[in-house]
Amino acid sequence: MSTMNMIQAINSALDVMLGRDDNVVVFGEDVGYFGGVFRATAGLQKKYGKTRVFDTPIAEGGILGTAIGMGVYGLRPVAEIQFADYIYPAFDQLVSEAARLRYRSGGEFWAPITVRAPCGGGIFGGQTHSQSPEGVFTHVCGLKTVIPSNPYDAKGLLIAAIEDDDPVIFFEPKRIYNGPFDGHHDRPLQPWSKFPQSEVPDGYYRIELGKAAVARPGSAVTVLAYGTMVHVCLAAVEETGIDGEVIDLRTLVPIDLDTIVESVKKTGRCVIVHEATRTSGFGAELSALVQENCFYHLEAPIERVTGWDTPYPHAFEWQYFPGPARVGRALKKVMEG
Amino acid sequence: MAQHSSSAPSAAPAARTPLRLHIPEPPARPGDKPDFSYVRVPPAGSLPRPPIDAPERALREYAEGLIRVLDDDGRAVGEWDPKLDAETLRQGLRAMMLTRTFDDRMLRVQRQGKTSFYIKSTGEEAVAVAQAYALDPDDMLFPSYRQQGLLIARGHSLVDMMCQIFNNTRDRLKGRQLPIMYSVREKNFFSISGNLGTQYPQAVGWAMASAMKGDTRIAASWVGEGTTAEPDFHHALTFASVYQAPVILNVVNNQYAISSFQAIAGGERATFAARAIGYGIPGLRVDGNDFLAVYAVTRWAAARARANLGPTLIELFTYRAAAHSTSDDPSAYRPLDESQYWPLGDPIERLKQHLILRGEWSEAQQQALAKALDEQVRADLKEAESYGTLGTPPASPKTMFEDVFKHMPPHLIKQRQEMGY
Repeated sequence: MSTMNMIQAINSALDVMLGRDDNVVVFGEDVGYFGGVFRATAGLQKKYGKTRVFDTPIAEGGILGTAIGMGVYGLRPVAEIQFADYIYPAFDQLVSEAARLRYRSGGEFWAPITVRAPCGGGIFGGQTHSQSPEGVFTHVCGLKTVIPSNPYDAKGLLIAAIEDDDPVIFFEPKRIYNGPFDGHHDRPLQPWSKFPQSEVPDGYYRIELGKAAVARPGSAVTVLAYGTMVHVCLAAVEETGIDGEVIDLRTLVPIDLDTIVESVKKTGRCVIVHEATRTSGFGAELSALVQENCFYHLEAPIERVTGWDTPYPHAFEWQYFPGPARVGRALKKVMEG
Repeated sequence: MAQHSSSAPSAAPAARTPLRLHIPEPPARPGDKPDFSYVRVPPAGSLPRPPIDAPERALREYAEGLIRVLDDDGRAVGEWDPKLDAETLRQGLRAMMLTRTFDDRMLRVQRQGKTSFYIKSTGEEAVAVAQAYALDPDDMLFPSYRQQGLLIARGHSLVDMMCQIFNNTRDRLKGRQLPIMYSVREKNFFSISGNLGTQYPQAVGWAMASAMKGDTRIAASWVGEGTTAEPDFHHALTFASVYQAPVILNVVNNQYAISSFQAIAGGERATFAARAIGYGIPGLRVDGNDFLAVYAVTRWAAARARANLGPTLIELFTYRAAAHSTSDDPSAYRPLDESQYWPLGDPIERLKQHLILRGEWSEAQQQALAKALDEQVRADLKEAESYGTLGTPPASPKTMFEDVFKHMPPHLIKQRQEMGY
């Protein structure tokens, strides 16, 4: 057991899997010698050699196109896209190829690839270092989408993703790489070492994909969130004094519907929170699922707190980012309903 | 308003020439006399065969030239002659003829409404068959949709191919794929995708993996000249070059991408083989209707890849003699009889002529073989049709939900139940 921040936990997951399985290979832009712009792959090339951990040309479509081919050969590629904002050049390879290969070939070929990509805002990243494109991928049948919210989950989920024989998009909220961020940008960041989720086993363990976690039990309202927003929602619950049950979804596809439904049937109210823009965002799917499965238990309309339907602005970071004040207002609103 | 002191000198507007946008056109349109004057056909045997370890810079004449072995009389000439024995050539001729017979029969089947769609490879049979012969059976193929000859040359079951085309109860792809989008793992033939060019970087990745594992197998991939405009073409060449991947990247230049002449793909000012030069990859241009030349060049590229000398790009210069697909009518954009004027002739006729010249074949044998192949295809068709044609449900609709993921997640089980299964 060691104390790790999220970067160290991800690095540890890669280290464990490179050590366990000779077919695991790790690559991407600046991933090899340098160890990644966020240090997620630091030391791995030195430990495992250049044919296991290596740098690639700046070509996201090429990175994922070659990753699929390696997967077809029998390797287990873990590719990094430097920012989720830059995953779009590889969209065709993900949607048309990785996601459909098993289906279209009648199970003859598949793409056991894991695509790591730092995502999310709150870092003054502006338009192309802040996006949360998960909803674009959850709409694609054949892809699994995972977003961890803490070091312990990040390692266990990443190991499960690498071992999974389906393509997994693994979004890492970079705002919480070093410590949980609750949206109070005016306060100093608390490092992960002050929180129990930073206690991470050094060796192998998995957290099954498709299982949500109850980040905070409560009885008044169900709060559905993932990534950085889990911490914002926890803060909003504490600050409003409303007994919210905060569910960290962890995996968006396949979704853990049972945990969601059980909670909403208990509380009768639901607030959905994500950084991504609202229209057709993953919150719309969550809202529809809750409405379909919990209609007779709902005591108020489902609320969504999300990024606005605008590109992510630089100067208006904190007006855009759904902070604890906005989440708190939604919590109060559903309680009045 | 403030004036910029460093403004550049400029001519008076009146002195400027209006700019004009250049839109390439093919040399002949419907009603015109076919015109292939843009095709330069050097004599067979005029290019020497370089050593496989020749550096890319020593090979640049091959990107502009045209490697040919069979001359106008059907003789094999020059250093590129692979000196194949007659039996191998007869087998190659047979595989090309079988490919054409299969194509012709499948077109009729589509016209009869027994399937929705078909794509012929008429005129391009040497590309697929000769390349399949030049590669080892365990080399991995990442084809586009017009290399059915690869499967036929590797001895794959025509019945299996027909069942995929019919989406019938024996369709190994369970009715999920458009006809001709084959996938045949046991023949190392990768699943065909409708998205153009995606297989190109995938082949490079497969080849990189083979090299990472110290394997001896190589990969080959095919795109048409139209697809070279896709970004995946660039990705594949960049990655193949950077990692010196053991891969053969083939560009089948059949002059047309549906209705677009190859000039629209960028072929007006440079060959497609010449694209490779900028990536430091040898680019070799070969007469795509010359079985011996295609075989020899592919063999050379394979030997180079196997010797850890890196990738090769081969431009196979040919002509798409048939319509793009059963949904296409080429008489709407090119002269109806254009294929008859194609200066490189027909690959089957040219190999036949060569074998006859060698005393290893005759017109009578040719006709007997054509008849036998037609009978074989008819018999296979009868068997395939016994499993149903379009409109016969392939297995149960519940299989529609399988293989989206390795294990069916709850939401798909629920949707399957909603459908009644």
